[in-house]
Amino acid sequence: MKKLFLLLLLPTISFAQDDLLKELEKQDQNTDYTIATFKGTRLVNGHSVETKNGGTLEFIFAHRFGKLNEGLYEMYGLDQAYVRLGLDYGITDNLSVSIGRNSADKIMDGYLKYKLLRQSSGERSFPFTMTLLGGTAYSISPKRGNEPEGFKTVDRLAYTAQALIARKFTPSLSLQIMPTYIHKNAVDQSREKNDQLAIGIGGRIKLTRSVALTSEYYYRLDPPDNDLFEAGSKRYNSLGFGIDIETGGHVFQIVLTNTSSLTERTFITETKGDFFGGDIHLGFNVTRTFQLKKKDAK
Amino acid sequence: MRIILVFTLLLWAQVGKGQQRFFVDKALVTFFSDGVIEDIAAENNNVTSIFDAGQGEIAYLMNIKDFQFEKKLMQVHFNEKYMESEKYPKASFQGKIVGFNNTISGVQNIKAVGKLTIHGVTRDVELPGTAEMKNNQLLLKSKFTVKLLDYNIKVPQIVWQNIAQQVEVTVDFNYRPL
Repeated sequence: MKKLFLLLLLPTISFAQDDLLKELEKQDQNTDYTIATFKGTRLVNGHSVETKNGGTLEFIFAHRFGKLNEGLYEMYGLDQAYVRLGLDYGITDNLSVSIGRNSADKIMDGYLKYKLLRQSSGERSFPFTMTLLGGTAYSISPKRGNEPEGFKTVDRLAYTAQALIARKFTPSLSLQIMPTYIHKNAVDQSREKNDQLAIGIGGRIKLTRSVALTSEYYYRLDPPDNDLFEAGSKRYNSLGFGIDIETGGHVFQIVLTNTSSLTERTFITETKGDFFGGDIHLGFNVTRTFQLKKKDAK
Repeated sequence: MRIILVFTLLLWAQVGKGQQRFFVDKALVTFFSDGVIEDIAAENNNVTSIFDAGQGEIAYLMNIKDFQFEKKLMQVHFNEKYMESEKYPKASFQGKIVGFNNTISGVQNIKAVGKLTIHGVTRDVELPGTAEMKNNQLLLKSKFTVKLLDYNIKVPQIVWQNIAQQVEVTVDFNYRPL
């Protein structure tokens, strides 16, 4: 009987300790998706896992000067400039498209970028973000009518496929690896292959809330024995460092890199500069984001 | 023996009374701030709250990342730079409602006294509001101002025109009895 009495008392005891907030916290089982692994859609020269959000348009003005070691005559590279003008648009939060025109080698490029997996914690936890990138590059050079013998229009095309895999380890440290496949329709078979593989690594360290250091390196996995760009000029792996500065809707990236190009086919497989030999290009990526579509009203 | 039984039953009745609880799990909290260049507004309709009418105790909890902005980039900046929501994922309030009588119909002026936690900073606050019993549901509304500095939320100088130093928070809870 005594036991029964205690049992009957039980509910009153359990209600005595009453921390409503703790009860709410117990119920709260959200999946927390990682945001802002990188500040921009580009790491240095290549892409980051970030895509534009649905309905946002980003204008990218990217620009590389000549080489620093060209001396005073070329004003340490400032006399030359290579420019890529581009637009990125988010169709959905996970799917975006971009187009651009690159003055180095006169290349038009287009990309489709899809965020397949998102890093998350909480109820459904996942360790990394993975974005798939498919790109096409069309070289306008050589000029029509000036093509060498036997040059066909399809020879102007090259393709890039990348799996961008990144993890935000802490709010200030993110790392990314980028297995890359590049196919070029026309190459000089004695110096390179049509299909080339590379693996990129990159990362960023946030210095303050608005300033971050970024870096990127692409290692070519199967360069040919005769790894020359043309007689006497070697090919190098591309390496770049950047400082991202973010203000409102703008991201400014100041970069130092050994390539003048901003399209995968060229900066991964046709980089001419030796970074440690002083072939360093100063450059800027400036982006401006516009919200084109407002979110649907509820 | 009979006395004990009566006593127990009385206690049970007490439990019943203590259980006058209200719950809501898709409640709305919005904030608004008029900046010089553009207004900033966001809403979170994923707020959970419990109100214990017997004790007068209330708590509500929200995830900072659930705040939706018209401009997605602003939402990213809000989370990453100002609220640091990876470090401080939640905001909450815990306290007591003063001046509520659930036997009166119509709108009553009430006050919530307790602790408001935003951006990892907890402060004692007194929030004004109204309560109304309507078809067995309880409507609680409140509007108050949050000063960013009070909660150690720093606005970078370079965008200072964009963001006012205080925001107006609106709370709109529509409880059902639990």
